[in-house]
Amino acid sequence: MLAQVDTFVGPEVNWFALSPLIALVAGALLMMLAGALTPRWPNGLYALACATTAGTAGALAMVQWDDITDNGPTTLVAGAVAFDTFSMFVTILICVSIILVAMLADDYLRGTPNDGPEIYALLLTAGAGGVVMASANDLIVLFLGLETLSLALYVLAASNRRSNRSGESGIKYFVLGGFASAFFLYGIALVYGATGTTNISEMVVALQNTVDLETPDGLALAGVALLLVGLGFKVAAVPFHIWTPDVYQGAPSPVTAFMASVAKAAAFAAMLRVLVIALPFYRDDWRPVIWVLALLSLLVGSVVAVVQTDVKRMLAYSSISHAGFLLVGVEAAGHTAGELDPGSGMSAVMLYLMLYSVMVIGSFAVVLVVQRHAGGDSSIEAFRGLSMRRPAIATAFTVFLLAQAGVPFTSGFIAKFGVIQAAVDVDSYAIAVIAMVSAVIAAFVYLRIMLTVWTGTPAENSEPIRVPLAVGVTIAGAAVFTLFAGIIPGWLIDATDTVTQYAR
Amino acid sequence: MAELVWLIPAFPLLGFLVLLLFGRRLGDPIAGYFAAGMVFASFVVAAAIYFDFLGKPEEDREEVVTLFSWLPVGELQVDLAFLADPLSIAMCLFVCGIGGLIHLFAIGYMQGDPKFSKFFLYLNLFVFSMTLLVLGENLLVTFLGWEGVGTCSYLLVSFWHTREEAATAGKKAFITNRVGDWGVMLAMFLAFATVGSLSYNALNDAAESGLMSGVAATGIAMLLLLGATGKSAQLPLYFWLPDAMAGPTPVSALIHAATMVTGGVFLLVRINPVITVAYDWVPTTIAYVGGITALFAATIALAQNDIKKVLAYSTVSQIGYMILAVGSGAYVAAIFHMITHASFKALLFLGAGSVIHGMHDEQDMHKMGGLRKYMPVTAACYIIGYLAIAGVPPFSGFWSKDEVLLYALADSVPLYLLGLIAAIITAFYMTRQVILVFFGEAKWESRANEAEAPEPEPTPQSVGAAVSDDPDEAAPDGGAVTTHGAHGEFKPHESPPVMLIPLVVLAFLAATAGVLNLPALFGIPTRSQLKLEEWLHPVIEFGEADIKSSWAYENEYLLVALAIACVAVGIGLAWLIYSQKRIKPWEPSFLANGWYYDSTIAKFMGGPGRAGFQAVADVDRLYDRHVVDGTAIGVRETAGQLRKGQTGNVRQYAGFIGLGALLILAWLVVFRGIL
Repeated sequence: MLAQVDTFVGPEVNWFALSPLIALVAGALLMMLAGALTPRWPNGLYALACATTAGTAGALAMVQWDDITDNGPTTLVAGAVAFDTFSMFVTILICVSIILVAMLADDYLRGTPNDGPEIYALLLTAGAGGVVMASANDLIVLFLGLETLSLALYVLAASNRRSNRSGESGIKYFVLGGFASAFFLYGIALVYGATGTTNISEMVVALQNTVDLETPDGLALAGVALLLVGLGFKVAAVPFHIWTPDVYQGAPSPVTAFMASVAKAAAFAAMLRVLVIALPFYRDDWRPVIWVLALLSLLVGSVVAVVQTDVKRMLAYSSISHAGFLLVGVEAAGHTAGELDPGSGMSAVMLYLMLYSVMVIGSFAVVLVVQRHAGGDSSIEAFRGLSMRRPAIATAFTVFLLAQAGVPFTSGFIAKFGVIQAAVDVDSYAIAVIAMVSAVIAAFVYLRIMLTVWTGTPAENSEPIRVPLAVGVTIAGAAVFTLFAGIIPGWLIDATDTVTQYAR
Repeated sequence: MAELVWLIPAFPLLGFLVLLLFGRRLGDPIAGYFAAGMVFASFVVAAAIYFDFLGKPEEDREEVVTLFSWLPVGELQVDLAFLADPLSIAMCLFVCGIGGLIHLFAIGYMQGDPKFSKFFLYLNLFVFSMTLLVLGENLLVTFLGWEGVGTCSYLLVSFWHTREEAATAGKKAFITNRVGDWGVMLAMFLAFATVGSLSYNALNDAAESGLMSGVAATGIAMLLLLGATGKSAQLPLYFWLPDAMAGPTPVSALIHAATMVTGGVFLLVRINPVITVAYDWVPTTIAYVGGITALFAATIALAQNDIKKVLAYSTVSQIGYMILAVGSGAYVAAIFHMITHASFKALLFLGAGSVIHGMHDEQDMHKMGGLRKYMPVTAACYIIGYLAIAGVPPFSGFWSKDEVLLYALADSVPLYLLGLIAAIITAFYMTRQVILVFFGEAKWESRANEAEAPEPEPTPQSVGAAVSDDPDEAAPDGGAVTTHGAHGEFKPHESPPVMLIPLVVLAFLAATAGVLNLPALFGIPTRSQLKLEEWLHPVIEFGEADIKSSWAYENEYLLVALAIACVAVGIGLAWLIYSQKRIKPWEPSFLANGWYYDSTIAKFMGGPGRAGFQAVADVDRLYDRHVVDGTAIGVRETAGQLRKGQTGNVRQYAGFIGLGALLILAWLVVFRGIL
């Protein structure tokens, strides 16, 4: 044993290249430490610290982005972590989302027993987990990130101790998440058994050299199937979506916004890493599965959303239908996975994730405002006549809903256009047409919410709706971004075009 | 000059932004005059470009102005670019010209409305979107305007949100249009997949040079036809338009008569080379969609009692003529009829608005009558519009309708008959409307005595009068106009000048717009003939049908005579029935109810349609509760002891996930043979 320790040589670590991740983790640890040792900080300071940390991490990621575009992608820590624009794009996305969610959480937590550093530290930890998932170049590292993200999310979902529903939501998510993680881990084990490695770079080489096309390797394919289950759960694709409505509805609104943005983005990044980057060899095996998942998610998500009466549940189902759209992009990427010309599927998914994250956080911010006013009620009735009481909020909400419906001049149109164009590019017409049909159906849901907001008179209780400054700024910022990216999306499209130059 | 084409949408956009920021401060009526000014500014720019083009040789009358690259997605490069050519400039001229007049009218009509500036904000946004639609250099920019006008229409129809009917109508318009929009989006992706570009020039060039296959052209044309049936309110998607009349009347005039609803026709004319290279049945289908809609909607208009509903169905019918023209290869006639229709239908709607305004928000024609004495200017203008739509020479509608019928006959006889019968019915129902509203007895007099009479703003005085009058003065004999003091409240009045001026201008246009494209008949001097055809020539030369050698063309005199005879029959019949009362009116309820088309759809969407959606939701739940239960029954048995402390739900959820995993594995086993 001792001899082994003597000969162990740690991998060479380019610390600066890891700085965005380090910033997030260090921020979380510092907040916990300082928060425990010092008396209560003044109002808003915890959130500010959290947002600053995320902002720093995001800025560092942008610095790394420059480095990558100049010197090309590479791997770090002995090939365990990929250092490419793909991971940096997701890092920036996650950091932006954390900033927005922290601003929402600030007011939400005031006056509750949770008004301390813990929630913010958990946000940062979850974010760090997401970053690891997106940058992993090794399935074990990816699993590590997945668990870091998930464990933090379980706690966050259950964090509202005054609400039974929040607790229920947390425990449901925890049990099912654990179940899905087991599938995922088993999948990794099987793939390891088939290829002899968990490292993505080595796996690609091993598959190309050893597997013979005539007799598909059952071990590896079973592994792929189990990986698909784990990933399908995380991205909330039908039929693995079953937890989503309950958990979204029960969790505190800022946490729901966080799940719909950060968790979804990280899960899709992981899905692209595993399927498109690590397993292009089996693309003809996993692509039909993705096709079916996309189809089911699109249809179930949009159709079931129509009959919901609770806005949070509607948005939960709509997030399932958005997952369907993203899967259309993944399916498109599957056609050309591993080829020299990687197609536009990956870029389209990345673009969709960025645009969707912002609009969904904006939507949940409005839900948060209304729900607090209505004493925790998020049913559609609580939104009646919102335009009369808060025209600005109603306008922003309309922008988010139009964007989710994919109306031009909003970012949602650019997002949907991207994935469908990617699908058409590789002749996947059927799924592209189905996606557009489901968009038509889903438009009804958004219209219903909009109509409730703009028509009808508010209930008798005429107390003014309070919009805290931070929440207002979040909503305004998200709305401006949604419109801006819808009108001038070129810069974002250019950025996402580079993610296909991934490291492996 | 043409490089300034971006100014045309820029002015209304500026108007929108200014009103958005300072609308309330500008207030009533400055906000309205400002908005109207912005639209007229666009008109001036369009006119300047028109004269600039006139001075150039025909092949130079085109300019593409690129603002910036909007969507650089891989090979697909979509620019935010405008195309100034004879077609788009002609469209801009009438959209901005008539739009500006309607803005002016609205200043008077909306006076005193608490949301006055908001109304003009929407109107300017609409004009902006509409100019984007017609000026777009590619399908995507057009689609942007397409969605924009749809959204504005939806906002303006539900402008008076408090009216439940208005909110429902807005919803219906939105949903129906989404179906059409879906067709346009599919067409875009198909165009991209086959031609690799969304630009009109690229698409039309590909069609003209034979690079585009017949299949692709057929697909694109049929999908765009679906879009056109949604936006232009044709069968099977027409039913939103009559309900959209719940919006304020200037909106009906601008959006649901003159401009937006012709968007579908414009789009089809724009891609006329693609239609030409599509399979032969494509133009035939287009023509029949238009012809059947023209007749179908005209029959419904026969039995409507709401003054605006008649005009709404007549709009559907008239757009049917335009689509019929497109299908017969008469693209010039389609645009010609679009322009004349825009002027006379805007006039009719504004006239109806003036009547409604003067009648204190009464819309039932059976409660009007004899109004020509009280609203002479409105009546005179309205009658000019009526003569134009009925097709009485020499008013504008006569010329354009004749042109459409000529090409329809050259194409096929059934199409011609559809159009001709629709023309008789049009003359009939419009005569009926004019008689009911402006001639005959004054039926509104009795309103004072109806306790339930709908009054927009009952002043204490009038309410008191109505109640006290009830016992002793309840015998209005009609005929002689007597206005007792109390009845004075209900006396119709002429509208203010700001509403009348646009009426007079539009009446002038409706009477004379025929000179745009006079046929080679009646010894009309050659240089005055077919001006519009000459102007549009570079845009439509590939698609326009050549009928010079057809029987119809050689016997055009006969057709004209037949058309005039038909109009005379329609007018005469209506005169006998409604003015002379010689014949009992025939207004069956199935016509009044629009052949029950709408209510059947509503029933389906409310009944089985909604049930279908509910069923999917139920199945989702059922799956979760029962199917999963069933498959997971073994798990349940073994977990029986642990069950007490659990909610049960989570276990089912886990079963669901397990089931999904099994299915994926099963798929790999069965189809990929992993065992």
